[in-house]
Amino acid sequence: MREKILTFIEKNSRVDLKELAIMLGVSESSVMQELEQMEAEHVICGYHTIIDWDKVGIEKVTALIEVRVTPQRGMGFDKVAERVYNYPEVTSVYLISGGFDFMVILEGKTLREVSQFVSEKLSTLDSVLSTKTNFILKKYKDHGTVIAEKKKDERIQVAP
Amino acid sequence: MRNPLSKTIVTIEPSGIRKFFDIVSEMKDAISLGVGEPDFDTPWHIRDEAIYSLERGRTFYTSNAGLKELKEEICHYLKRRYQVCYDCEKEVIVTVGGSEAIDIAMRAMLDPGDEVLIPQPSYVSYLPCCVLANGVPVIIELKAENDFRLTAEQIEAAITPKTKLLVLPFPNNPTGAVMEKKDLEAIAEVIKKYDLYVISDEIYSELTYLDCHTTIASLPDMKERTILINGFSKAYAMTGWRLGYACGPKTILEQMLKIHQYAIMCAPTTSQYAAVDALRNGDEDVAKMREEYNGRRRYLLTRFREMGLPCFEPFGAFYVFPCIREFGMTSDEFATRLLNEQKIAVVPGTAFGDCGEGFVRISYAYSLDALKKALDRIELFLKNLKRESL
Repeated sequence: MREKILTFIEKNSRVDLKELAIMLGVSESSVMQELEQMEAEHVICGYHTIIDWDKVGIEKVTALIEVRVTPQRGMGFDKVAERVYNYPEVTSVYLISGGFDFMVILEGKTLREVSQFVSEKLSTLDSVLSTKTNFILKKYKDHGTVIAEKKKDERIQVAP
Repeated sequence: MRNPLSKTIVTIEPSGIRKFFDIVSEMKDAISLGVGEPDFDTPWHIRDEAIYSLERGRTFYTSNAGLKELKEEICHYLKRRYQVCYDCEKEVIVTVGGSEAIDIAMRAMLDPGDEVLIPQPSYVSYLPCCVLANGVPVIIELKAENDFRLTAEQIEAAITPKTKLLVLPFPNNPTGAVMEKKDLEAIAEVIKKYDLYVISDEIYSELTYLDCHTTIASLPDMKERTILINGFSKAYAMTGWRLGYACGPKTILEQMLKIHQYAIMCAPTTSQYAAVDALRNGDEDVAKMREEYNGRRRYLLTRFREMGLPCFEPFGAFYVFPCIREFGMTSDEFATRLLNEQKIAVVPGTAFGDCGEGFVRISYAYSLDALKKALDRIELFLKNLKRESL
């Protein structure tokens, strides 16, 4: 049942508990129990909303920063990662295979704010060797959701 | 001037749901639950394969019966999913949708006066195709008390010395009924006893929610009596690609191929390349869509139960067929009022045969959000009706 619940709420976290139970053909209480359990186990780590900020006229700048670091003795990369992800403006931190170590995703209000963060906070960390900042120009699809206009139902409305 | 029309064609009624289509398309913010096709887009990898075939310049006719690769994949698929084996060289024709297969099967098998048993409510094209092939349709009324399944007794009661063919439309549009293996075994005995043939329209075979679909062709000695019809429209959300197929005994298929060859030439080439990919790499997509439909089906049935709308539990296709008799209206009146008062379009059961009277077909090929909105309006509509009758 876990997999079924997760597959469903991954796409639609706002679904009503009762409806979810009906759709899965199980009781409401067992769905609730399972959800609580998964929240407690941190299998479900949060519920977020996908927003097209451009539409509200609020400016946001998102940057993907490639970071090369020296791992710390005894702690590997985890300690460095923790230093980075504790900044609230950092939205994601991934350890990456290949030409660099971390992919840090950062959201700021302005270009200046982001570059300040990179030059003053990120680059000055002892273990950081180098950074390369890539700004996002346009978001087309996020978390499996296409940001562009909603699709219309173009089917013939009544058909045998 | 002489009458330009054939005597046969003028006896055929135009489809009964045209009227609703016209009203709905004029109406602003109407919600239609009248659609007979999936709401999903064709999975991207299938579309991509079609685009690639165009890029490669594969824009020619294929051989009449279809691409060899596709026929091979169809045979593999039928074997792995339904345990029935066909020779891909002689026992398969790729057609323009399942609809063409229905038409050419009837034309290849009927002589004037031959009777065709057609269970109803069912899809709208069996009867006209039978008439156009000079056959005589004999309607068998499927009953709600049998869960709209066809029984051996019903067939036996309808058989005359002229009976030649049985149309077997399961999983069924519009009722959502399925035939399980035991049901099929019972009717297979009658078919063999009276030396009949079967056109088994299994276009919804991937959309069953009880067990995996059983094809009558897989039962002992039934393959030689069955034209199995299936296609890509419902399983892979490929309605607009117009692609289906017929499988059956070589002697019948050879004759069907002649009609197909002269009337159609071959099924669309681009669609055929796409379909090869659908069969090779589409199992997971089908499973996902099936799961999604099943959730909606449960949701709809629960809401009906809560609002007191009686409906038998369908285990196939993407339709529910609730009974509206208690409201003292015909299906047509009910559907018209529901459309005018709550702007919800459903299809009157009578569009699928006279015995559909007292029922409406509701499709759940819609997102859960759309279904929720529509059901809220239906609930309101029923409340108003109940208040009126007090």
